[in-house]
Amino acid sequence: MANNVLFEIGVEELPARFVDDAEMQLKDKTIAWLNEARISYNSITSYSTPRRISIVIRDIAEVQSTIEEEARGPAVSIAKDEQGQWTKAAIGFAKGQGKTVEDLVEKEVKGKSYVFVTKRIEGKPTKEILPGFKEIITSLTFSSNMRWGEQSLRFARPIRWLVALYGEEVIPFEIAGVRTSNVTYGHRFLGKPTTINDAEEYERILEENYVIADAGKRKTEILNGIKALEEENNYKIIVDNDLLAEVTNLVEYPTVFQGTFEEGFLKLPSDVLIISMKEHQRYFPVKSSDGNLLPYFIGVRNGNGTALQTVVKGNEKVLRARLADAEFFYEEDQKNSIDFYLNKLERVVFQEKLGTVAEKVQRVRNLTQQIAEKLELPNEATKHAIRAAEIGKFDLMTNMVNEFTELQGIIGEIYALNFKEENEVAIALREQYMPTHANGELPATEIGAVLSVAEKIDTIVGIISVGLTPSGSQDPYALRRQAAGVLRILEDRKWKITLEELLKLAFDLYDELDLDKDQDYQDKIYDFFKLRAGFLLKELGIEQDVVQAVLNEEIGNFNYSIEKAKILSNKRQDASFKATEEALVRILNLADKAESNVVNPDLFETDSEKQLYEQYLKSKQPFEFHNDKQEGLKAFEQLELLADPIHQFFDNNMVMADNIEIRNNRLALVSVISVLIREFADLTMIEWKQSF
Amino acid sequence: MNIQEMILTLQKHWSEQNCILVQAYDTEKGAGTMSPMTLLRSLGPEPWNVAYVEPSRRPADGRYGNNPNRLYQHHQFQVIMKPSPDNIQELYLESLVKLGIDPLKHDIRFVEDNWENPTLGAAGLGWEVWLDGMEVTQFTYFQQIGGLEANPVSVELTYGVERLASYIQDKENVFDLEWTDGVTVRDIFYQPEFEHSTYTFEESDTDMLFDLFSKYENEAKRIMEKGLVFPAYDYVLKCSHTFNLLDARGVISVTERTGYITRVRNLARSIAKAYVTERERLGFPMLKKGGEVNG
Repeated sequence: MANNVLFEIGVEELPARFVDDAEMQLKDKTIAWLNEARISYNSITSYSTPRRISIVIRDIAEVQSTIEEEARGPAVSIAKDEQGQWTKAAIGFAKGQGKTVEDLVEKEVKGKSYVFVTKRIEGKPTKEILPGFKEIITSLTFSSNMRWGEQSLRFARPIRWLVALYGEEVIPFEIAGVRTSNVTYGHRFLGKPTTINDAEEYERILEENYVIADAGKRKTEILNGIKALEEENNYKIIVDNDLLAEVTNLVEYPTVFQGTFEEGFLKLPSDVLIISMKEHQRYFPVKSSDGNLLPYFIGVRNGNGTALQTVVKGNEKVLRARLADAEFFYEEDQKNSIDFYLNKLERVVFQEKLGTVAEKVQRVRNLTQQIAEKLELPNEATKHAIRAAEIGKFDLMTNMVNEFTELQGIIGEIYALNFKEENEVAIALREQYMPTHANGELPATEIGAVLSVAEKIDTIVGIISVGLTPSGSQDPYALRRQAAGVLRILEDRKWKITLEELLKLAFDLYDELDLDKDQDYQDKIYDFFKLRAGFLLKELGIEQDVVQAVLNEEIGNFNYSIEKAKILSNKRQDASFKATEEALVRILNLADKAESNVVNPDLFETDSEKQLYEQYLKSKQPFEFHNDKQEGLKAFEQLELLADPIHQFFDNNMVMADNIEIRNNRLALVSVISVLIREFADLTMIEWKQSF
Repeated sequence: MNIQEMILTLQKHWSEQNCILVQAYDTEKGAGTMSPMTLLRSLGPEPWNVAYVEPSRRPADGRYGNNPNRLYQHHQFQVIMKPSPDNIQELYLESLVKLGIDPLKHDIRFVEDNWENPTLGAAGLGWEVWLDGMEVTQFTYFQQIGGLEANPVSVELTYGVERLASYIQDKENVFDLEWTDGVTVRDIFYQPEFEHSTYTFEESDTDMLFDLFSKYENEAKRIMEKGLVFPAYDYVLKCSHTFNLLDARGVISVTERTGYITRVRNLARSIAKAYVTERERLGFPMLKKGGEVNG
């Protein structure tokens, strides 16, 4: 009968954020290892808790599979001499393979004969292979590792026990001074050391010892506990998935409980209440059916229901102290004015070479004004945007943001309203930080979007101008995320402004500042944005050559660049596009030679010249009209109309004619057409696929 | 259990684990970690097990004795074991049981918390220990001290004495805690809390403090060159406390702040190096009698 196998790595509490990944790594690596070792099995199940990661392999084969392998030796011409006798080379090869020349056979490979031997690799007993599992454990990787005691191994947390079972037998190995055994440890306080006789018992034995080893089951238990409380109390528990995942991996045996806090704290802004519960204490907040926060919190204990009231009381005490702190900060903060906080910003350094936050605020204010004017926002909106920029960072100096930095902007909005700022201004204070992550929500208001773009561009231009372009994993100011944020906002807003125009506004402002700037910082910033724009396009499924085609000249109106990229990606699927593309590229390739852009129709000699020029004149205006309105498809149709006349032109004329006047005139025609094409994309970048 | 009994219980417990009981170090400092009994002694190969109570001054946390949770000066019970024993978590949990905390009736958790003190070039990995949601102990395996790799690794346990007491005695206000029968924290510490807060935020002579900082720094450098590690370290501690006073007063801008921290860190680093060199020159004396120290 086939045996079951169990490996359990017992550790001091792993960081919750490592647990899922550790389990997945263990499973993937085990599967790969068994395949490599040619050991078959029926099924594999993995488990994880904060104190263990483990794997059960069911019905593992007793021996590795035996395989036959062919090894190729020298060519027959070398393996045999003129008399057809085996040469030294052949004998040496056979010997090297543990065989004799009698075992050699001849086979033809690509028209040439070689000698081969067939080797049979006998499978070894699985039992002999299993201690190699040690390497799997030591090869697990974590984002931070530590050493402990006198051990040199680096691991997420100290390893304290190892279970390794093959059937009933312990698989012997040792890691960092810990020897394998058949004894597992249950819940830290509720469980007992227990001997496991077969992997099949593993999950049950742990459950008897108050450990739910299956993370999915633990999560379900927590959700069931939450649902039961919701039904009992007729309220709604706000379950944030990240928090649920974290809590699942902070406990081995979850018991969900409800705690209460004083109703008086409900007058605090709900974001403050929620963050006090979630961030520091890992509690779930509770809402009434009409969406208002209720004075309850939901916690998850690592253990059973014994003396649960003591646990609840303790947690209530902690939250009460935290909320009292928050309340104190909130009330203290209201005693001062926005100007009071703005003054404090003059003492806070934003970045050594870029001066204080107050100076940054001034720059963002100026840039905001420039952008608002460029976009021709109504006077009222421009006024609001400037005001939002001026007070944009006041909340950084409040007690509340000092305590809960993740509330920056959110507190700004709440306090700005308290301090009687306009609604639009207050909203922009929050929206300036959007998007807060790669796929985060974008500002919903135009003023918020303007401020957000100004704030981000100032950071990017400032930081790169003083020589701190992100490289590798070094991006302390999260410039990449911010650049992507700018581009996503531009895409969303469809403003009639190119990224280059926006950057130019910032560069002009920076030129007036007496800063220690890098010589070529502007180029670096263009390149930086191009790279980010390229990534965003690739995320949309656009291929690299099309990305280059639309971004080669400039990023332009980013939403339009995306549209053009999509059009080219679609068109290239179509076989008829090849002729169009070739025609347009012929123009682009020759355009560099042109010395003038002035076409003189009197110098045309052939019909095809005239026809191309006529088509150009016909297409030019509608192309520019549609291109201007960012109607990519219609604009491109006009370029397509040029394809045929272009081919005719090249087929029937020597562009580089001996007559200089005629030559230059033809080149000028090529050049004016190339200007149109380049306005759309640099099609020379497009590569042809095999399928055409 | 009053605070005095708590301290006695912890001292007895860690004494039974072969820890040397030393007394608080007599220079102002922000945390028990900064005592040379931790910071210097956890360097190098010599075994070292120690426990002590450390009054820890955090000038910026002073609240004139008005805040129920914040203090200018609180107490830490500090344990260092080098190399970290395999059963250190169990030893720690036993100490809680001795303080009357029955793990079956509470929720005790080890929640990831990695510790870093750039001023001392020190970093470690570990947890904050939660007792029913309250952080009562910082539990750290040192990985780096004074910019040097910790080898073997020391484990540091820092119990927040007042925190733990407020739970054990079920008090909302730190000043209501009983130090010993009939004597509260208020009786002993209210006046110094008020006066130190007043001094820190209103009365300190900042010119003098700036001057002292430079003098302490220069003296530390001067005697470092003479190989006098411990006296030099005392002056680093003085620098650090002086800096904390200036910082609390709000007279150090953010740029200057980085500069000051770098100055202290550079000193701490060179002292860490000098300490190991000096111990090596002495032949790592504790290593030779390691058996005795480890018990």
